[in-house]
Amino acid sequence: MGLFDRHAGLLDAYRDVRTTGADPFQIRMERVLSPTEAVINGKKTLLVGTNNYFGLTFDPSCMEAAIEAIRAEGTGTTGSRIANGSYSEHVALEKEIAEFYGKKHCMVFTTGYQANLGVISTLVGSDDFLLIDADSHASIYDACKQTQAEVVRFKHNDPTSLDARLRRLGDKPGNRVVVLEGIYSMLGDSAPLEDFVAVCKKYNAYVLIDEAHSLGALGEHGRGLCEAAGVLDDCHFIVGTFSKTLGAIGGYCVSDDPDFDILRVTTRSYMFTASLPPSIVASVRQALRIVKARPELRTRLWDNVAALYDGLAAQGFKLGPEHGPVVGVHLPDRMMAIGFWRAMLDAGIYVNVAVPPATPNGVSLLRCSVSAAHTREQIDHTIEVMAGIGRQLGILDSTSKLRAVGGNR
Amino acid sequence: MSDAQTGELLLRTALNMIVENDDVADTVVLRRPPARAEVMAEICRQLEPFQADDGRAITGATVIAKDLSIDSLAVMDMVMDLEDEYDVSIPMNVVAEIQTVDELADTIVALSARR
Repeated sequence: MGLFDRHAGLLDAYRDVRTTGADPFQIRMERVLSPTEAVINGKKTLLVGTNNYFGLTFDPSCMEAAIEAIRAEGTGTTGSRIANGSYSEHVALEKEIAEFYGKKHCMVFTTGYQANLGVISTLVGSDDFLLIDADSHASIYDACKQTQAEVVRFKHNDPTSLDARLRRLGDKPGNRVVVLEGIYSMLGDSAPLEDFVAVCKKYNAYVLIDEAHSLGALGEHGRGLCEAAGVLDDCHFIVGTFSKTLGAIGGYCVSDDPDFDILRVTTRSYMFTASLPPSIVASVRQALRIVKARPELRTRLWDNVAALYDGLAAQGFKLGPEHGPVVGVHLPDRMMAIGFWRAMLDAGIYVNVAVPPATPNGVSLLRCSVSAAHTREQIDHTIEVMAGIGRQLGILDSTSKLRAVGGNR
Repeated sequence: MSDAQTGELLLRTALNMIVENDDVADTVVLRRPPARAEVMAEICRQLEPFQADDGRAITGATVIAKDLSIDSLAVMDMVMDLEDEYDVSIPMNVVAEIQTVDELADTIVALSARR
């Protein structure tokens, strides 16, 4: 048996995808023009799939901060924090994020993926229990593969399902850590966090919440769902990323636990990888200042979310369950999703396509992400183009706007 | 729900009441470990939509990921339903090692007995 034979099924599926003439997994942005525009296939294209929620990737003050940092401290750290030491900017960034949440400790990681991977797998040991939402991000699933703890999944966004699983653990010794996400990355829905926290309290379980897609977007100060739901103090560990709202790359975890810093010498994804370069740290610090200083960006984001979500719903598309910076559009099957995605690209709009096995419940989706930097014209144009293609492909009724499209379930 | 299923449910409930008669049982939650045949029947029922085109019947020896058109995530979702039905939790690493319908049934029966 050859090395790649076990991927035969995936290879077949991938071949199907490429018959549409473009490979959604190898798209090339020839030139990026702004947070909302790039040149793809020689054509100026509207970006509606980049998680750039505040549009800060081209913010002049963030760019200047990064350029300054390169001049002052060079292009990279060339090593890990534990081996090569921290730059004072790493420490300053950690202090600022901890203060942002009102927590005592913060650890910064080189990516959000590594933050989840390292923290979740290291927090629990062989006698502990990790309870994860069924729709968790890949980084959480990968952490589960690395941990010695027993891992149990509960039904997506279902506190009753979590309750049953915690109850079944009975009086078995060992810590319970429950892993949730502020906003789920495929359908843009939020966790019912207050109810989850109540269940966790009942069973004395720790709460870890990943605010990757909700940092900046949710809460009065943009701290995420934990703030919006009023349970920041009950969330023992908050993980997040710099690669979405903050427009760069990197991850973090904050906590009030007095012994939190021991993770610096136990978490492998922190210890054995190079630390963030000075330019990234500088632009992230500036972006965090902007999140704090300019709440109007959050307002603009949600105005755009409402416009896109409500506009697409009015056309008859079946969407994720609620407004969110990610708007997932259900399509009947994988090939329809790929075809729709390709037609959108030909029409000059880039969105993401998400197909099984990367999606919950085997659904096929077009995944749009909204930015505060989108103009209303860009949002309206997106709705118009999608509706046109939807009718052309027979997904939307050509006369009535009411026929909804079913997912696979 | 068909008559056969309703009958099965009534029988189950009756058996529980007998078993729990002497117990200071707090709830009507199914306490008696389910019969293996019953678990097998339920698994086969849940897997039926994923049956291969060649029409081969689902048996204990059916290798779930190979003989059926079901992906690993759908298997895990089905397992969550079975967990709630029999009030057991099957850890993810255990699910990952289950290959056949027999193994899945055995796991559920064993965990129920340990409850």
